Amino acid sequence: MKFYDVTDLAVRNLRESVFRNSLTTIGISVGVASLVAMLSLGIGVQQLASRRLQRSGLFDTVVATSRRDLRNFREQREDGPPPAESPALDEPARQKIEQLPGVVEAYPDIRFVTEVRFDDKPHLTMVAGVPFSAKNNNDAFDGMQGSFFSSEAAPEVILQKSFAEELLGIKPKPGADDTNIAELAKPLLGKEVTMRYAERTASPSASPTKTGLGERGPSDAAAYSVVSRQQVLKIVGVTDLDPDSMRGTARARVFLPLKLAQDLHLMQSNLRDTSASDSPSYTSLSVRVGNPNQVPAVEDAIKKMGFSAFSIVDATRSMRQFFAVLDGFLAIFGSLALAVASIGIVNTLVMAILERRREIGIMKALGASDAEVRGLFFAEAGAMGLVGGAVGVTLGWALGRLINFGMNIYLQRQHFPPAEIWSVPLWLVLSAIAFSVAVSLLSGLYPATRAARLDPVQALRYE
Amino acid sequence: MPNSLAVRTESLCRHYQMGEALVRAVDGISIDIGAGEFVALLGASGSGKSSLLNLVAGLDRPTSGAVIVQGSNLAALSREQLAKYRLHTVGMVFQSFNLIPSMSLLENVELPLRFAEVDRRERSALARQSLERVGLSGRLAHRPTELSGGEQQRASLARALINHPKLLLADEPTGNLDSRTGTEIMQLLHSFNQSLGMTVLMVTHEQALAEKYAGRMLHLADGRLVDDVTNNDVRNNDMRNISSVEAPAPRGETP
Repeated sequence: MKFYDVTDLAVRNLRESVFRNSLTTIGISVGVASLVAMLSLGIGVQQLASRRLQRSGLFDTVVATSRRDLRNFREQREDGPPPAESPALDEPARQKIEQLPGVVEAYPDIRFVTEVRFDDKPHLTMVAGVPFSAKNNNDAFDGMQGSFFSSEAAPEVILQKSFAEELLGIKPKPGADDTNIAELAKPLLGKEVTMRYAERTASPSASPTKTGLGERGPSDAAAYSVVSRQQVLKIVGVTDLDPDSMRGTARARVFLPLKLAQDLHLMQSNLRDTSASDSPSYTSLSVRVGNPNQVPAVEDAIKKMGFSAFSIVDATRSMRQFFAVLDGFLAIFGSLALAVASIGIVNTLVMAILERRREIGIMKALGASDAEVRGLFFAEAGAMGLVGGAVGVTLGWALGRLINFGMNIYLQRQHFPPAEIWSVPLWLVLSAIAFSVAVSLLSGLYPATRAARLDPVQALRYE
Repeated sequence: MPNSLAVRTESLCRHYQMGEALVRAVDGISIDIGAGEFVALLGASGSGKSSLLNLVAGLDRPTSGAVIVQGSNLAALSREQLAKYRLHTVGMVFQSFNLIPSMSLLENVELPLRFAEVDRRERSALARQSLERVGLSGRLAHRPTELSGGEQQRASLARALINHPKLLLADEPTGNLDSRTGTEIMQLLHSFNQSLGMTVLMVTHEQALAEKYAGRMLHLADGRLVDDVTNNDVRNNDMRNISSVEAPAPRGETP
């Protein structure tokens, strides 16, 4: 029998017992919807966590340091040129690293402890420069109060919540709910803070001229003077999340535009700028990679250039393992409903065999082979699986949208940024439908085989 | 007497075990049926007529012996080969018509052509022609339950002939019909036997009908062949009452 005829006869048979077959198909739909719902939740939460972690810079960032900096004993264990022979991590090197495949940007780490005054009260804190690109790729700034820096070198700051609390003299009570970030930001946004800092300026002796120490080239120039300066900065944002979470105990609580920080010629411990020249030398660069999977390759490439490099991409392994287990559990629980639905298919088809026993006998008497009878029942099971799968995926998707909608209302009331905790990728849609058809065909195996093996003489006698 | 052999059975047996008892439905029947013969199987209920017919139809397998149709021993064929045999070599008509109630007459008659993988357009045309020949051209879209017994049996006959079988097997085709309608069906069977040279093997209780239309009568009792009568008179029967029925044209030809 041709495929069209098998399909045609199967659909005709399904229509004959439309109520019972519809109930069976609804059973499959509920099963598929439950599977899709569970997996969508798992995938959504995984994506949310991955996005958050990736955008925190934890997993897509390689930190490149100069091997000349002997303070980091970790680097001493690595293979490579001796510190004295290793290249300088200067601006040309930064540009070269930025050209590596997969690298999105490479920028110097500028962070320093300094005094920030607000209402004439001094507060000592860590200040860090933030690249302008963080506006779009660090979601710590997504849900913040206020706005991101207006330009690359704007005299503006964004405060971390704990520092904002400190400025306002609020002490979080242990066990109490978090302070409302919107209320916290209200008295601060638009106000000014004064940042005091040490500026390095080139000393006249730094010029490539003869000094008392002998002949020295420009790169060796080490003479500079330190001048105390202050910069007025406007508070434009207060962020609840920690944009600098990667830094552990060295986390900054005040953030200013990186370009501004560079222009200020700050005196800081890790900027090994021995002059105030245009080509400073850095001890540390943050190298942002487009895809976390490319991190190991970029890390190796940086090491080959003679620098030290490290990332914490390995830490994602345990996270991936956790989500693999979670997805597995969710899939098992989601499949339970489909397993129950598959029993419904077996029941429906066995009932159909009993009802259509004589019809099967007639078809066999007219020349239908066992394979054709089997194919017909398979087609009926497959059609129920296909329709059930398609309806189930739609139901699962709709359920997901509804839960997502409800969850975002809840998050909004809790003053959290909106989040997409539900994700139904195309592969899940196609896999769920394919799985539904496969389960249905499997369920149809026994009834179809039973129908095919029917004795035509017995079947024709059946009333 | 026809020259070639259409059906031969050799010591054919079909025994059933029913609890403790062994039922010998067919018990060592050996017969030869020539191509183009119209043979009636007669006997009381339980004499083994339908069992013999089922064995020749390839619906059942013998316990022992052989059924040879067109040179093939059906006992040696696989299930798949038997299905092909039923599709292409045999046409069957049943007492209870056995039309599928959920299908229209046209769809019922088309059904064997679906198994034969005939193209949709061609099979629709063939089924229409076949129904036209049995006088049901105005009932194509009707379902079997909307028709009289005679009309259902005519549709069943149209379906049996759609694949141009060499052998037409009829299991009490007039059993559920009144005498007038029964005669109409017999006339159709006789007409196809005469015009196409199609071998007909018919189970019947009605001696009178058999005598009128069959060229040979096989009497069965307790699964055995007890009498084999050639009805020489059938050729001389008054055939004036038999209406002229046009035989179906081979597939692809216009009637």
